[in-house]
Amino acid sequence: MSNTAPVIDLHTEDLDAWFDRRFDQKMTERDEAHQPAMTIIATKGTLDMAYPPFILASTAAALGWEVSVFFTFYGLGLLKRDLDLKVTPLGNPAMPMKMPEGPTWIKGKELPVPTSVMALMPGFQDMASSMMRKTMDNKGIARIDELRSLCIEAEVKLVACQMTVDLFDYGKEDFIPEIDEWVGAASFLPRALSADVNLFV
Amino acid sequence: MTANAHTLDARGLNCPLPILRTRKAIAGLDSGEVLEVAATDPGSVKDIDSFCRQTGHKLLSSDESGGSYLFRIRKA
Repeated sequence: MSNTAPVIDLHTEDLDAWFDRRFDQKMTERDEAHQPAMTIIATKGTLDMAYPPFILASTAAALGWEVSVFFTFYGLGLLKRDLDLKVTPLGNPAMPMKMPEGPTWIKGKELPVPTSVMALMPGFQDMASSMMRKTMDNKGIARIDELRSLCIEAEVKLVACQMTVDLFDYGKEDFIPEIDEWVGAASFLPRALSADVNLFV
Repeated sequence: MTANAHTLDARGLNCPLPILRTRKAIAGLDSGEVLEVAATDPGSVKDIDSFCRQTGHKLLSSDESGGSYLFRIRKA
């Protein structure tokens, strides 16, 4: 090709202005039609770590987002029919140990229990778990089974990891029937790819 | 609370329950109807506002008196 004149008529400023207008219009249309989506990977099965995925999932669904939660490893326990979740300050050194009730001199006070005692004292985990549950109840925090039901009602997709159920020899009958599907990473990742928010808990 | 208005008592509930109950209550209304929500969770002030922005419902008013909050929301 030699130095030939451009083929297009040279009203480039008009053309640019038209394109910018049209582009903004199309982008606005696209944004308005877009339904936000979120995927969460839930890997923990303790009472404390059960909260973030269910709170975020139910709230996002309330905001009109499309939500999928992939439950894997210990997180899969959050989909069991019978939830008996525990929490302990062992391994959670920042967890406050406060008495949820009792006389004023003890209520709300931090219990100075040394880690070595926590590890040795039989029933310590049950005590810590029931203290946490009582505190949550006092403060109007929802129970996990309640949040889970709200997620189901709001059509949050509960996706279970097939590998985990095989790994720990669980029976599928131990889990709630509302589980959307049993899949592996290759089925979940494409959904995460098209979501706007991806969280790992 | 105004007489005959749709009301929701979310007092004593903590995050995210006020939002979840609000969503459910609004789902049962017709477009243009108003829901009054009473809450005590201080986080609900910003959360209800954010909920309305995201969902397109109109937050008509947001008032506080004596540690209690009252929101009026018109369904989109």
